[in-house]
Amino acid sequence: MTWSEMQPLLSQGTLDTLYMVLWSTLVTVAGGLPLGVLLVLTDKGGLLQNTPVNKVVGVIVNIGRSLPFIILLIALIPFTTLVVGTFIGPTAMIVPLAVGAIPFFARLVETAIREVDHGLVEAVQSMGGSIATIVRKVLLPQALPSLVSAVTTTVIVLVGYSAMAGAVGGEGLGSKAVTYGFQRFETQFMLITVVILVGMVTAVQLVGDGAVRLLARRGRTAS
Amino acid sequence: MITTTGLTKVYESRGRKVTALDGVDLHVREGEVFGVIGQSGAGKSSLIRCVNLLERPTSGTVTVAGQDLTALAGRGRRATKELREARSRVGMVFQHFNLLSSRTVEDNVELPLEILGISGAERSRKALELLDLVGLADKAKAYPAQLSGGQKQRVGIARALAGDPKVLLSDEATSALDPETTRSILQLLRDLNQQLGLTVLLITHEMDVVKTICDSAALMKKGKIIESGTVSGLLATPGSELARELFPVDGEASGPESTVIDVTFHGEAATQPVISQLSRTYNIDISILGAAMDTVAGKQIGRMRIELPGRYEDNVVPVGFLREQGLQIDIVDPDEAAAPAEPVALPAQGGAALLEEGAK
Repeated sequence: MTWSEMQPLLSQGTLDTLYMVLWSTLVTVAGGLPLGVLLVLTDKGGLLQNTPVNKVVGVIVNIGRSLPFIILLIALIPFTTLVVGTFIGPTAMIVPLAVGAIPFFARLVETAIREVDHGLVEAVQSMGGSIATIVRKVLLPQALPSLVSAVTTTVIVLVGYSAMAGAVGGEGLGSKAVTYGFQRFETQFMLITVVILVGMVTAVQLVGDGAVRLLARRGRTAS
Repeated sequence: MITTTGLTKVYESRGRKVTALDGVDLHVREGEVFGVIGQSGAGKSSLIRCVNLLERPTSGTVTVAGQDLTALAGRGRRATKELREARSRVGMVFQHFNLLSSRTVEDNVELPLEILGISGAERSRKALELLDLVGLADKAKAYPAQLSGGQKQRVGIARALAGDPKVLLSDEATSALDPETTRSILQLLRDLNQQLGLTVLLITHEMDVVKTICDSAALMKKGKIIESGTVSGLLATPGSELARELFPVDGEASGPESTVIDVTFHGEAATQPVISQLSRTYNIDISILGAAMDTVAGKQIGRMRIELPGRYEDNVVPVGFLREQGLQIDIVDPDEAAAPAEPVALPAQGGAALLEEGAK
């Protein structure tokens, strides 16, 4: 394969991967954040202590996390078809990617929010703050550096998942690597896709770490 | 201003019941600084949290500014709207300040105003005014991490005052601070109490705090209030444990042929040079074994332990002289402060308390 043959395949694959990762990240954050908050609030001693809800959500999250992603991809085909109308292509892939990442992200959110000092919650309660106020003005802003870090980790997991999605009708770099690199023994092509994926992950990590540092600076060090 | 009746709090964990508050009746008058003192585990923390219902009492009632908060609380775990509104009128400061590290000093002070739904410009004006009041106007844009402990507590106090409360609850507000900073924070609380007519309920384990700013105090042990009253009233109560803790004096008699007495000064007598008068009038040598004097709420009060030569029988007249000066006299050694002296000298109730103390 020559470079001019590889180039369009690679750029199309990269765009598809970015598209899938971006949208599935948005859906994951939108779904996982409330779920994580719910897990903390309904826990024993939480502001909305509710053991049945906590247990049920906990079990669902655990099932979601323990299923191998490749199984989930296949198992979700009917659901994906229902939502998107097809189970093939980058847009359809957003569904399994988000469903796979939401439980993972929810647990990270739960951990991040648990680390917020209970004294702050008490302080806002003493001011007459409602639970919604506590979540919006204390829990989320105080946990923000950890939450950003959780998003970074989740994006990286989604890059990996999206490559796997290539095996089951998805598009993107993973699918290209399987079709050209693996099935046609184009070692060079395979290597280039790996390099692009490594570059992508590194970039996400760097941006995420930078954002966390920026957020944490105001909270920690004296200038 | 704050009244609790029969306040009880029982914690239950893994089937075991722990009684943190055991029928606490507390009465804090409007405009006073009231200190609850006790060791850790005595239940002070539960008590102050029950006052604004951060902890739900197991039984009993809490009334703040004529409003029965326990009735507002409702049955559910979640705070009702009425309770939240009542809480916004009670300020609270914390041992570890509890400032949001993600917000600037000004934004921290604005938080309670945001909860009250006050508009942006008004919030900012009020926050700056409060920061000025606590002497931190120049730190408005700083983050809490850039402040010292004392400065953080000043922000905590400014924040607690944002809702124009009539009552301020202080949960060990100075316990994480060094002695000098503690003094300046206590001074600030005292100033606010006088300038704004703020009623302050504070809990502490430091006697110095009570001595420095409290008008009234209560001693708490094992979930119960053992003693309570105005500081000078407690001092005037013979055998008061709190008075003894506040003004500890000790020292042993040098021999059997001497009388050891504790002299308590409060009110007018404290300004008179009674000891030298005693010495001159009766021509006796007085040894001072120990003394603890202080200015409490602007008045000189304190206790002194002195030794007079001779047995108690020989000293009835000098002791009588001291009593005439309006001083309160406690005979230290119960063997020598024998029963015959008691009806002459002490009010009956006080004498009994003293003997009881001796018996322990």
